[in-house]
Amino acid sequence: MRRRAIAALVLFLGVLVSQGCGGEYPQSTLHPSSDSATLIDQLFDQIFWWAVGVFVVVGGILIYVFVRFRERPGDGRPKQVHGHLLLEVGWTLAPALILVAIAIPTMRAIFIIDRSTPDPEALVVEVIGKQWWWEFRYPELGIVTANEAHVPLGRTVDLRLRSADVMHSFWVPRLAGKRDLVPGIENQLWFRPDSVGVYHGQCAEFCGTAHALMGMRLIVDEPADFERWARANAEPASTPADAEARAGQGVFMANACVSCHAVRGTPAEGQFGPDLTHFGSRLTIASGVLENTPENLARWLDSTQHVKPGNPMPEVELSDAQIRQLVAYLGSLR
Amino acid sequence: MAMTEAHSTGIWSWLTTVDHKRIAIMYFVVGFAFLLVAGFEGQLIRLQLAAPERSFLDPDLYNQLFTMHGTTMVFFAGMPLVVAFFNFVVPLQIGARDVAFPRLNAFSFWVFLFGGLFLYASVPLRMMPDGGWFAYMPLTNREYSPGLGIDFYVLSLLISGVGSIAGGLNFLVTILNMRAPGMTFMRMPLFTWMALIVSALILLAFPPFTVGLIFMLFDRSFGTHFFDAAAGADPILWQHLFWVFGHPEVYILILPAFGIVSDVIPTFSRKILFGYPVVVFSGVLIAFLGFGVWVHHMFSVGLGPVVNAVFGGATMLIAIPTGIKIFNWIATMWGGRLRFRTAMLYAAGLVATFTIGGLSGVMHSSPPADLQQTDTYFVVAHFHYVLIGGTVFGLFCGFYYWFPKATGRMLHEGLGKAHFWLTFLALNVTFFPMHFSGLLGMPRRTYTYAEGLGLDIFNLISTIGAFIFTLSFVPLVWNLWRTWRRGEAAGPNPWDASTLEWTTASPPPHYNFAEIPTVDRRDPLWHPYIEPESRDEGDEPGGAVPRRQPDEPPEPVVMPNPSYWPLVLAVGMLLMTIGALGSLGLTLFGLLVTAVGLFAWAFEPPFGEEAH
Repeated sequence: MRRRAIAALVLFLGVLVSQGCGGEYPQSTLHPSSDSATLIDQLFDQIFWWAVGVFVVVGGILIYVFVRFRERPGDGRPKQVHGHLLLEVGWTLAPALILVAIAIPTMRAIFIIDRSTPDPEALVVEVIGKQWWWEFRYPELGIVTANEAHVPLGRTVDLRLRSADVMHSFWVPRLAGKRDLVPGIENQLWFRPDSVGVYHGQCAEFCGTAHALMGMRLIVDEPADFERWARANAEPASTPADAEARAGQGVFMANACVSCHAVRGTPAEGQFGPDLTHFGSRLTIASGVLENTPENLARWLDSTQHVKPGNPMPEVELSDAQIRQLVAYLGSLR
Repeated sequence: MAMTEAHSTGIWSWLTTVDHKRIAIMYFVVGFAFLLVAGFEGQLIRLQLAAPERSFLDPDLYNQLFTMHGTTMVFFAGMPLVVAFFNFVVPLQIGARDVAFPRLNAFSFWVFLFGGLFLYASVPLRMMPDGGWFAYMPLTNREYSPGLGIDFYVLSLLISGVGSIAGGLNFLVTILNMRAPGMTFMRMPLFTWMALIVSALILLAFPPFTVGLIFMLFDRSFGTHFFDAAAGADPILWQHLFWVFGHPEVYILILPAFGIVSDVIPTFSRKILFGYPVVVFSGVLIAFLGFGVWVHHMFSVGLGPVVNAVFGGATMLIAIPTGIKIFNWIATMWGGRLRFRTAMLYAAGLVATFTIGGLSGVMHSSPPADLQQTDTYFVVAHFHYVLIGGTVFGLFCGFYYWFPKATGRMLHEGLGKAHFWLTFLALNVTFFPMHFSGLLGMPRRTYTYAEGLGLDIFNLISTIGAFIFTLSFVPLVWNLWRTWRRGEAAGPNPWDASTLEWTTASPPPHYNFAEIPTVDRRDPLWHPYIEPESRDEGDEPGGAVPRRQPDEPPEPVVMPNPSYWPLVLAVGMLLMTIGALGSLGLTLFGLLVTAVGLFAWAFEPPFGEEAH
């Protein structure tokens, strides 16, 4: 029975490990795509194998002891042993040496990761955490956007992290470790992405009702694509061409939308909610909750509290036609 | 007089008892009830997370449940269960008749009970706290948490914290002053040693937490700005105050389990503890280092490379004394005659599973690695291996070990073993997959997760494990019921163990020892089997073993009187606590009751006439 249990356990672990290695894991810490995340992953690998080694040795000795020293019928009392100085010294020194082997690369990594980036060419992006979404500002480029940040491949990104309300934590696992957003303090986090792609991230410090749905995307572009995105996003919003979108703009301006949202180049200058100037070019709605499609946008406008319970956007009374028009308008903000 | 009172049963005798064994039973029953409640909350959490994007629980309820789960497990299940063992075992192990301050002991229990009941009063009122057991400012300030939920959290922990501090003081004084003649420090059983260390930890760790809670109460209720960034204060201060308590709290929960296992492994290996002084001092060292590592809960805060390097290094150091303990336990078993009774299975299970929890702990002692692991399910896996594989296994180990002593009856071994294997399976099935979900990017305290992150299978397995946990209580309850009906009599020393508590009857008379024993060595009951290590340790052979006590005390035994004033004092504090939710009148009335209780207690004679 015991042997079968062990076999089952090994099988179970095997399944888990194979699950952990294959497949698609957009938010994994084990699939790094930047210098910083790779440094951490390599460090983790070292520590992991030390830990596995210690576990195999200790586990092996334990199993041996459990089997070998079981009481058998007729056994008398064993020889009593008070202790053994050399053994004590040995099993004090052995872990100490392993810890030194872990501590050296750890200290090296701390003094790289926890310092400001030494790269003077780094792209500065300000990140402001708000319940429950992310604002991204590019001071050099004049861009304000939300929940999605584009960055160029091969250039160091220097994030300046602030909070508008409570503690949050910025986490895009494939690009960097976490860094908290603390009210009253500006924190820094940097990384240099090494491959193009869309990277998933989300808030990692509990921040209230919709903490679980405070997601984001970091999009690493080829430098030329990034230039194009940056130029387009620095512009004010274009006036919509077709009639339905124009009607939607009217609905937007006449309703509560304008008190919280800004669309640069229009009278909408609200600061409380995400800037929507180029909303149509984003991949997701409501900080990563829904894919940005017309159907999802209509659903969001109709029942924000159902899609993302607790979020501060009120459910404004809108007719189906008005929602259709708003969807057209927001979609046109590219 | 004292004797007749203590022998009586009925509600009143329990409300006024100052007997450490009865207080232990009350702590155990209440702590176990809270364990079941908090376990049920955990089960609900796992049901919500069984699959992505489920809507079994809404986010606010989910946030309340994980807050209640953590807060209850740490303060109202883990702590009281540990204190239950302190209460029952320590006086018996040191050859004392009670603790140093029996009425203070009763008071500690009552304020703990009222703290827990007060916290759970928030459930029917639908005002459960929802800021996590760590309650980070400024989320928990009035601005972001306007309801009464956080007030329930703050006030319940303040009132029960008074009991914890009083308990820490009580056991510190008891162990320092009440030891039987000849029971030197280096002859104390390991459990008593760990109780001594933990009492000191409680006394040192709870005050900063209490200060933090009072700051929080003032910020919320009176508009002060201790944690308000807008007023120039630093909300990180709360994190420091919380974790300078919160990390030693982990050792408050784990060291007693280490102590239990250090007594149980020698008993069932039939071999004295290997390296006794090393095991003792590694416990002291863990406790000492435990106060210098709290920032490892805050590596992502951005305190800078020097701070993170220092605290990361200090955290790694803790692995050394912890490893030493594990190696000494293994060396104790080496060459022994292992008897795998249920208590021994739990001890062996602790050594194995705590090793896993300890190794994952080393992984996030490295600050850069922790930047990926903190606030993910990897950490959830880690501390459940430590707190279940360590603390809960240790407590079950002690439960099966001392149950015959406490009740005079034997539990059924088969059911006990079924219980062990189910909890062992449940622990690993529930929490091992969380290592993967965490490393693959699942943050903690999220009421749902998106499809397509590759987390589904791990979460499903974890939820199945939680059901096994629920199932694991069946053999335990069955066993208790069966033993209640027809458990075999235990006798004074059913395990052939070596320490003083096994010299007296099972259950012990309320005065514990008819005659206070004299101790001249470690493991006094094994005296015939042990070669002395050196000449000065074992002296004249034979005269050392405490004589088996007759049922009737041969000489007068003076025992403390029962008293209801501890209960009155605790009720007064409870009224003040309820009043703090918004009724000045009730607070003042509670203050009056508290004052009356305090004075009446002070002037009450502690001892009655001599008992016979």
